[in-house]
Amino acid sequence: MARPSLLPDNRSLGSLVLIAAVIAVAAGAFAYTAGWLSPGRITPDKLVAALAPPGGPALGYRRNHAKGICFTGEFEANNNGTELSAAQVFARGQYPALGRFNLGTADPNAPDSTVRVRGMGLQITTPNGEVWRAAMIDPPFFPVSTPQAFYDLLEALGSKAPDAMKVFIAAHPEFAAFGAWAQSAPWTASFAEDRFNSLDAFIFVNPSGVEHAVRWSLLPQAQVIPMTQSDLAKLGPDHLEPEITERVAKAPQRWTMILTVADPADPTSDPSKAWPANRRTVTAGTLVVQRIENERDGPCRDINFDPTVLPTGIHVSDDPFPAARSAAYAHSYDLRTAEVRDYPYHLATSTGAKP
Amino acid sequence: MSSDRFNPVQRLLHWVMAICILSMLFIGVGFASTITPKYIPLVATHKTLGMAILVLALIRLGVRLRYGAPPLPADLPEPMRLAAILSHYLLYALMIAMPLLGWGMLSAADYPVVLYGNIRLPQILPLNDTLHTVLWNAHFYLAFAFYALILLHIAAALFHGLVRRDGVFESMAGVSPATKVAPAE
Repeated sequence: MARPSLLPDNRSLGSLVLIAAVIAVAAGAFAYTAGWLSPGRITPDKLVAALAPPGGPALGYRRNHAKGICFTGEFEANNNGTELSAAQVFARGQYPALGRFNLGTADPNAPDSTVRVRGMGLQITTPNGEVWRAAMIDPPFFPVSTPQAFYDLLEALGSKAPDAMKVFIAAHPEFAAFGAWAQSAPWTASFAEDRFNSLDAFIFVNPSGVEHAVRWSLLPQAQVIPMTQSDLAKLGPDHLEPEITERVAKAPQRWTMILTVADPADPTSDPSKAWPANRRTVTAGTLVVQRIENERDGPCRDINFDPTVLPTGIHVSDDPFPAARSAAYAHSYDLRTAEVRDYPYHLATSTGAKP
Repeated sequence: MSSDRFNPVQRLLHWVMAICILSMLFIGVGFASTITPKYIPLVATHKTLGMAILVLALIRLGVRLRYGAPPLPADLPEPMRLAAILSHYLLYALMIAMPLLGWGMLSAADYPVVLYGNIRLPQILPLNDTLHTVLWNAHFYLAFAFYALILLHIAAALFHGLVRRDGVFESMAGVSPATKVAPAE
């Protein structure tokens, strides 16, 4: 065997160069995969950063849908959903539910009447250990077709260029339908009167292995009293949380879960396109909200309502949003759980809800 | 056992795990930097592969404790000897710690941990945001340290194989047990 010499000869020098090249390529491949060499790539960090208001994000809070309140209750399944999905959650029975009513804003102190989109985070757990999480909103369709378009929308909203939104709308004609809904849809004075929609399509797999594309909705059983934005404004900046707290304290509030089944030709990849109104629906059960708890110390605060947390019998479709939302929600979760010190535990709650 | 090479089980474990761990690190930084649909299978693969690595690492640790390692060349300078021994301790520690940190971090955030084949792992820690943050940071920063250590390991292996030509590279690199290298003495 050759004795190693202290000074490298030519062959050793070549070997050292080769070693350096191997390490450089390996480091470069890693940097490329991590996105460090691709400034144009939309990463979860960039998407979440784009959600922040001009003054920066509210530390300790969700980066979007920041204003909200927790609830617990149960989902009463009537067995009808088993026709579409093998998930235990559809088998007749009552399963614990945990969720969060929220407003689609990055500002946890936004007045209720300034936020057009309301949401519900929901988790249903079944005895077999499976968990179904969902994050739904009240518009009948999503504002844009793709995650890239959603990022572009956030960029346009945050842009100082005067024609940024005009340019965005010209490039994304689907946004006009959302604008029309935002202008014309009635408001309500209670989360209990709101309908919450999955918007994204998921594939339901029944016990025989047959697949259907499904979007689901939670329809309020409470009487809906439509009102205008200015009527809601007159009720004060923080009306919705104390309202739902009082209403649920008087009586449990209910939503009917409707599964809407796509026809084979219906678009499943674009949540900005509502399916025709005559599509087959299956009434799968009832969500019963039994108790409201402040977010501050409530059970929903540290839950990420990641829409890709699904039981066996439901999986994602070709809709690109659940993956994008999962990536962004996880990043938002990592940020806010690292900011516990900034979360205002010390502030008195506006609702007076008892934990 | 012959003392100049790792035994066949050790070599098999090394190379299988080399592929797994490199894939794991690339999948990790890959899913963390994308919002495209491949995010979902990348995360699922990351979790499944992580648990596979944990099991393999524990088996490998047992094999290593039972069969040991070939002695390093007698003329290896002391700093390199120390680096070789220390880096092996660190590699074993990371192979075992990283999957546990990942599992613990998901548990502390109350995420269900579901592997391919619908294998559901139990929650090993209670929901706790401070705990989640500590574990997340450890998992994140140690991943880069792990990759840096692997690059160092590769550089050292190639240095042994190409520059020193002292048999250390061949102690792990050889495929056929019949290929005997010249004994160190």
